[in-house]
Amino acid sequence: MDVIAQTRAGDDAVAVRRVRAGDIADVIALDERVTGLAKPDYWHDVFARYGEHRLDERFFLVAEPATANGPPAILGFIIGEVRAWEFGSAPCGWVFALSVEPRARLHGIGRALFEAISAEFAKAGVGKMRTMIARDNRLHLMFFRSEGMMAGPYIQLEKELD
Amino acid sequence: MNLQISSRLAIFALLELAVQPDRQVSVAEIGKKYGISSHHLAKVMRALSRAGLVHAVRGAGGGYQFSGNPRRTTLLDVIRLFETMGPANTRVGAAERTAAARALRELLGEIDDIARATLGSVTLATMLKLVERQRAPGRRTAAGARSASAG
Repeated sequence: MDVIAQTRAGDDAVAVRRVRAGDIADVIALDERVTGLAKPDYWHDVFARYGEHRLDERFFLVAEPATANGPPAILGFIIGEVRAWEFGSAPCGWVFALSVEPRARLHGIGRALFEAISAEFAKAGVGKMRTMIARDNRLHLMFFRSEGMMAGPYIQLEKELD
Repeated sequence: MNLQISSRLAIFALLELAVQPDRQVSVAEIGKKYGISSHHLAKVMRALSRAGLVHAVRGAGGGYQFSGNPRRTTLLDVIRLFETMGPANTRVGAAERTAAARALRELLGEIDDIARATLGSVTLATMLKLVERQRAPGRRTAAGARSASAG
């Protein structure tokens, strides 16, 4: 049994587990529904890097209904890893992707994924987690704020390359 | 950054009401807790009522009750009822047409964008959690930790 966490999300029980190769088609489809862009090569590469190697510090987690009454479906996913000494930072958990099926939002699935990866980071021995969000991505900003995340000590800078 | 007094009063009042949405709280009660004049607070409450965030309960024991959605109402939503979160520097004159002034405006605009994104991402429900954290004994704020490491 590879379930990491099981929780109630609204009226339904939701299980969070590590991703499997068979989930990637669902992940690609969910990401395309949410972002409007199909990126199959990217997601296969992410699976190879985060779903199969260095699993003690890389976490690609998916949420699905705990009771399979219908066809299996991924309700959401979260991906992160422990990174050390980048930007001078002590080891820290970084979340770089979170997505929840639009029709299943506001039922606690994002929270279940967030709590599961937080627990995995803690088990990996880090005491802090980070993410980076576009300033105009209000939905994600509101979500991560509601989970207790605050502005950290870093400022992201960038430059157009002419 | 600074908020106008009406924005601050509105946030304080909404937090008082949202933490107990079934309870009616009088203007005098909120005013006493925060040391605010009831006159000023009454004007703020009327604006919040017009925005649908609170409703007035008449009669004995009357006051105001929260009627918004704490998980969907952000600090920016509240602040915009009372002030414009626009560019900080709207001066006119020859100096403002210079490259130096444009460069300064661009930088200040960057700060404004970050402030708007921050205020637009913190809901009243999130603020209530932050208030609880402030009440927790022995807590260490990020700002406090930075000051400590700098000092």
